[in-house]
Amino acid sequence: MLNVLNDETVNPVEPFLRSDRMPHIWCPGCGIGTTVNSFARALIESKIDLESLALVSGIGCTGRVAGYVKLDSFHTTHGRAIPFATGLKLANPKLNVVVYSGDGDLSAIGGNHLIHAARRNIDLKVICVNNLIYAMTGGQTAPTTPGHATTSTNPYGTFEPAFNLPHLVEAAGAVYVARWTTFHVRQLARSISEAFQKKGFSFIEVISPCPTLYQRRNKMGDGLDTMKYYKEKSKVKNGAPTGEVGLTLNGEIAVGKFVDRDRPDYQTMMRAQYVESLGDRYIEEPEMECVCG
Amino acid sequence: MTPELGDQVAKGRVAIVVERCKACGFCVEFCPTHVLALSSAFNSKGYHPPHVVHPEKCSGCDLCGMYCPDFAIYGAKVADAKSADTAKAGKADGGAK
Amino acid sequence: MKADPNGVLTGTHFIDGDHACCEGALAAGARFAAGYPITPSTEVVERFAARVPTVGGTFIQMEDELAASIALQGGVWGGAKAFTVTSGPGFSLMMEHIGYAAMTETPCVFVDVQRGGPSTGLPTLPAQADMMQARWGSHGDYEIIALCPNSPQECFDLTIKAFNLAEEFRVPVMFMMDEVVGHMTEKVVIPPADQIDVFPRKHTHKSIEDYLPYATNGDLVPEMAHAGEGYKFHVTGLTHDERGYPNMTPQTQDKLVRRLQNKIRNAADRICLFEEDRLDGADVVVVSYGITSRVAQRAVDMARERGLKVGKLRLITAWPFPDKKIASLASSIKAFVVPELNLGQMVREVERAAGGLAKTYAVSHAGGGVHNPEEILNAIVEASRC
Repeated sequence: MLNVLNDETVNPVEPFLRSDRMPHIWCPGCGIGTTVNSFARALIESKIDLESLALVSGIGCTGRVAGYVKLDSFHTTHGRAIPFATGLKLANPKLNVVVYSGDGDLSAIGGNHLIHAARRNIDLKVICVNNLIYAMTGGQTAPTTPGHATTSTNPYGTFEPAFNLPHLVEAAGAVYVARWTTFHVRQLARSISEAFQKKGFSFIEVISPCPTLYQRRNKMGDGLDTMKYYKEKSKVKNGAPTGEVGLTLNGEIAVGKFVDRDRPDYQTMMRAQYVESLGDRYIEEPEMECVCG
Repeated sequence: MTPELGDQVAKGRVAIVVERCKACGFCVEFCPTHVLALSSAFNSKGYHPPHVVHPEKCSGCDLCGMYCPDFAIYGAKVADAKSADTAKAGKADGGAK
Repeated sequence: MKADPNGVLTGTHFIDGDHACCEGALAAGARFAAGYPITPSTEVVERFAARVPTVGGTFIQMEDELAASIALQGGVWGGAKAFTVTSGPGFSLMMEHIGYAAMTETPCVFVDVQRGGPSTGLPTLPAQADMMQARWGSHGDYEIIALCPNSPQECFDLTIKAFNLAEEFRVPVMFMMDEVVGHMTEKVVIPPADQIDVFPRKHTHKSIEDYLPYATNGDLVPEMAHAGEGYKFHVTGLTHDERGYPNMTPQTQDKLVRRLQNKIRNAADRICLFEEDRLDGADVVVVSYGITSRVAQRAVDMARERGLKVGKLRLITAWPFPDKKIASLASSIKAFVVPELNLGQMVREVERAAGGLAKTYAVSHAGGGVHNPEEILNAIVEASRC
């Protein structure tokens, strides 16, 4: 018997969704939607003003998040969510800018922009859903695909080492680095909330199932099997050295908050430099409304 | 009806948006009190949505809602559900295309 | 709307085209630029980097042209008028994002100070070989506007025009300079701000409930909102409907792409700017643009001295191409002569628009220098004999 309640209670995530676009295109057992629940909880928890929140995504399955959230959202080009987000933030520093994209988009084609934004400490909250594969295009090898996995472009197994994303972004300069899986719904929400309290480049990696491609080709079961694997094989290692949190095929998944440090963000440094060099002659960014007639 | 000793009174209840469900099974698996099971019914896409098999065990923790990748289920505490009933809130109706 | 005096360097200056272009951008209200250095365009953003902190705005040098060409669009959606500058190799890198700007209707300006190509080519020497690329460089069906200045003064004036057209039509505008115009130093007069007209952002006045990001009110150009104003709109490069939502059907594709095309083509009469010289009674018309037009002027004068009935049409707007003007001239003249610093690009458009009614003589030049007037004169003489 189906228990369908048509009462007035609302799913806490519903106000953040473009309900007119549901159901979404993500596969059964895909974890992207789960990450959106955590994101929504973090927004509620942090009491973020939704009117000054902008979400920027790239291309890929995770990139579709932009089209499903009821926020000012920008679905940009492959790999370029971060520079678009940079322009948005610099033109309107009052915006809270979130980049929500996948591992391929952010670390392959977007890799250059990832490291430069981290280096500059641009005030962006980056949520990187890592399903270890290029999913949207049909399951090709990504820079995050663990060695010896089978993909459509490595049909005999990959033989490249994978990126350890927390290590990469920490080295590049990120001030907040965390990793969770889609099993860790509450911890993920908390990390996203923490990132909202920080100024600077925050990077939260979420390991997520891709049952249709990564898990299926590697005979790892479906989404639920993968969630059980996350539950069993994750180890919370807050503060672990990021060099030690690399992922392997079917191996242990180190999760937790790895980096939480402070250094001035790009705009703070920019302002300080101009004030020092120009003194009174420095005019800060004009108010946003000046271009409109 | 007066609850007898040993009876459980549900502290919460769930709402299921049948048409959004893709039967991934996360809610069934991760409900801490095993309230749910996949039903044998079909939604219009051919998936078996969950149904409540142990309503009395529901605490309204909303872990099902947090796990659901399709925004197809959520839980609420009974007291919350009651006050939300009287409040003007939007309907979570996923049946519309 | 008049220019913001903060950005207008009123006065008489002796500066090169690159510098004048920067001043034009500031006068037009540009307060955000993202750039990446490439000869011979770099001075435009170097000057912007120096000027903008005292005008009120931001410059960021990004890590590559891919980043620069999309960061400027983030700046636009954040509320600023924005641009970038580049040359051939960078222009090639920016193509995807020019297409994104066209598809999402992001008003912005891309300055291409053309140099010898292909590939690394001649970094410090002129060419005009990116003209077709400006029109067709990105994939899919879209329209852009391209302007060609032929002096530092025009680098100032037409940059303002470029921004105004970008805002009016919500389209990326290609500002096609060349290395000579960019690096030649001439007198540039910058008027007071109240004598400069700028087209403001087409911002919606609709309420949050009523606003649809890509709905039009009969004029083919939708109204814009900026991030952070509460509209909670969605922008995507996917084929989309009036709500901005991806809608991948042939019907939506047809409607959207035709509107993107028509919003420019239907206004071509207004957008197509050109300069006419002694066209009445001419047998031969020299069609040119950019630096070549200055050499062509000399050749036309020399031809007139010899009694040849030759006129000059200078393209200020290269795209959309002034089909109507060429077609109407073609019916009354013998031939067009089209000198270009390339092996034949805009001449193809002239030939197409002429529809066989007049002959077309290309005076091509592989780039690296400018024509000698004699080369163009010889073509005029030959054309006059046909």
